[in-house]
Amino acid sequence: MNSETLNTLDSYSKNKYKYGFVTDIDNEKPKKGLNEDTIKFISLKKKEPDWMLEWRLKAFSKWKKMKEPKWANLNFPEIDYQDIYYYSAPKGFEKKPKDLSEVDPKLIETYNKLGIPLEEQKVLAGVAVDVVFDSVSVATTYKGELEKLGIIFCSIGEAIQKHSDLIKKYLGSVIPAGDHSFSALNSAVFTDGSFVYIPEGVKCPMELSTYFRINAENTGQFERTLIIADKGSYVSYLEGCTAPKRDDNQLHAANVELIALEDAEIKYSTVQNWYPGDEDGKGGIYNFVTKRGLCAGKNSKISWTQVETGSAITWKYPSCILKGDNSIGEFYSVAITNNFQQADTGTKMTHIGKNTKSKIISKGISLGNSQNTYRGEVSFLRKADKARNYTQCDSLLVGNKCGAHTVPYIDSKNNTAVIEHEASTSKINEDQLYYCRQRGLSHEEAVSLIVNGFCKQVLQELPMEFAVEAQKLVSISLEGSVG
Amino acid sequence: MFLEIKDLSVKIENKNILNGLNLNINKGEVHAIMGPNGCGKSTLANVLAGKEDYEILNGKINFKDNDLFDLNIEERAQEGMFLAFQYPVEIPGVNITPFLHSAINSKRKRMNEEEIDNLSFAKLLKSKASDLGINIDMLKRSVNTGFSGGEKKRYEILQMSILNPDLAILDETDSGLDIDALKIVTDGVNKLKTKDNSFLIITHYQKLLDYIKPDYVHVMVNGSIVKSGGSEIAAEIEKDGFQKFQ
Repeated sequence: MNSETLNTLDSYSKNKYKYGFVTDIDNEKPKKGLNEDTIKFISLKKKEPDWMLEWRLKAFSKWKKMKEPKWANLNFPEIDYQDIYYYSAPKGFEKKPKDLSEVDPKLIETYNKLGIPLEEQKVLAGVAVDVVFDSVSVATTYKGELEKLGIIFCSIGEAIQKHSDLIKKYLGSVIPAGDHSFSALNSAVFTDGSFVYIPEGVKCPMELSTYFRINAENTGQFERTLIIADKGSYVSYLEGCTAPKRDDNQLHAANVELIALEDAEIKYSTVQNWYPGDEDGKGGIYNFVTKRGLCAGKNSKISWTQVETGSAITWKYPSCILKGDNSIGEFYSVAITNNFQQADTGTKMTHIGKNTKSKIISKGISLGNSQNTYRGEVSFLRKADKARNYTQCDSLLVGNKCGAHTVPYIDSKNNTAVIEHEASTSKINEDQLYYCRQRGLSHEEAVSLIVNGFCKQVLQELPMEFAVEAQKLVSISLEGSVG
Repeated sequence: MFLEIKDLSVKIENKNILNGLNLNINKGEVHAIMGPNGCGKSTLANVLAGKEDYEILNGKINFKDNDLFDLNIEERAQEGMFLAFQYPVEIPGVNITPFLHSAINSKRKRMNEEEIDNLSFAKLLKSKASDLGINIDMLKRSVNTGFSGGEKKRYEILQMSILNPDLAILDETDSGLDIDALKIVTDGVNKLKTKDNSFLIITHYQKLLDYIKPDYVHVMVNGSIVKSGGSEIAAEIEKDGFQKFQ
């Protein structure tokens, strides 16, 4: 690698994270630390029925007996769970505001700054947004229009109160509280998140989207999202996330459950841009996320697409349980790590039904001193006749101090299963850079172009409205104006 | 003077490649450099374009009143220098349209010209492609990816005709081309030639010069130019080879 390339890489790592501002707003918090009182406080604040509190407390008792999973290729100091606030809400949020006139102007300003205007007329046409600020949902747009179709799109808190049948039936059905310590933790202390129900035969006419923002200091964000697509329905859902710049690490442990019934399809896209820490590796979000989809019915389909550019630590494996015959699971991922970021991400595809198919396309890009691991598990159970998987993992190294790792597990109990696996690791090619620059592109433009080309297979899976944004985010992650 | 190379000596990895090379090119001239394998022809092309693998030991290069060594690769390109590569590299996932669009606009920016918008650019690209007999489908593919040798060379000429350089350097553009492809490529060059731009054509064989008529032919041996003259030199080489110049 020649000196000019190294200089440019150096300038990339002088990150400026443009979402790093703090909103100065009074907030309401319980005491720091995790105990039954904290959980009761959250449940009370959320005006939850008793069964929900019991559900939480049960999860908490499981968590107390559990240890964090340690198999990931990640290094970080012990998390002190007693040094975290588990709930933070802007004051006066006893009730979710009915409309925007009741929302604190500071909050509206925050989202304008983030490029997410809350006034519906300004919102991206055809996208309904639920906005979560620390522990509470502040606004959900286009609600009325969706209600006409029977679609429920609201905060999970509201769903617990108003749609308890669905919550009781599905919450924790894909990710049991006792699955691992982060799922138990989330089940005990989850604060807000989105709930979606698409009734039988309805194709949701717009993108549904949630925007998560961590604002308060020393606060964990534990959101919970539950999406149910009833028979023959379709929904495309997108989440985005940012957080202020702080020197301390903040914990984010979300759980997302998807359920697709017969002939239903769920497309779930994530653009994750939490604060990644500074160029020396100080600060940043610890992102421990459990995302799992159940293809419960025949011919159902769940597709995960993720663009992961933020967080100091990413631990995330959006997975599919392919239970229904002929069901399809897909995972498309771009993970970019820079400076001292660490990402251990991938997927799990569990083939249970006959003729089930899964596809995994993973693109990892490592810069600076970062470590980027793809970890995947594809398993075929005994009855999964003629199931198929295709996996492609490509890693791109930019610079010579970073690392790329690929850890694929394959487990087949059925000998009719067909498995294809392709993997590649390459360094950014000096000849490609030279070629682009000879045409007049700057060194940075050239790197961004080559990396975007490398990710194209995944980026083109994103909903149109966001593909361009994601492409910009990829470029910016390299340039250094954002983590 | 448009391009002036004075007493240029260059080495790479402890090996001297160019040894006191001199060459002057005026506006509107076509120069051909011929020489045996390993004489330093491609090195000269890459040193002009600014590739960073070389160590400049001595000499000066002036290009359009700039000291060329003060400009980096992209600045030279934006100033109007174009290198048609001998082996164009594949860039998977990168479509030619946004690629060339960014390229042309970075040049226009430097020249303080207005940027060209998407639609006008798409039109320009299409019309240039059809001039060169390039199928529109080829424009939908990634830069050079999966192209045959001939397709890559045609693609280079397409890019050249879009960027409309002041100085075009063609590095063995004829190698690996069959006679039909050679004709398409050389037609493209001839169409582009005006009294305001110049060409430096690097070739191993005389055949290319049947189609592009150079004003000057130079023979390069062991990193310097040993003989210059008109197209009669090309005929001499065709007849006797490079032996007698060494």
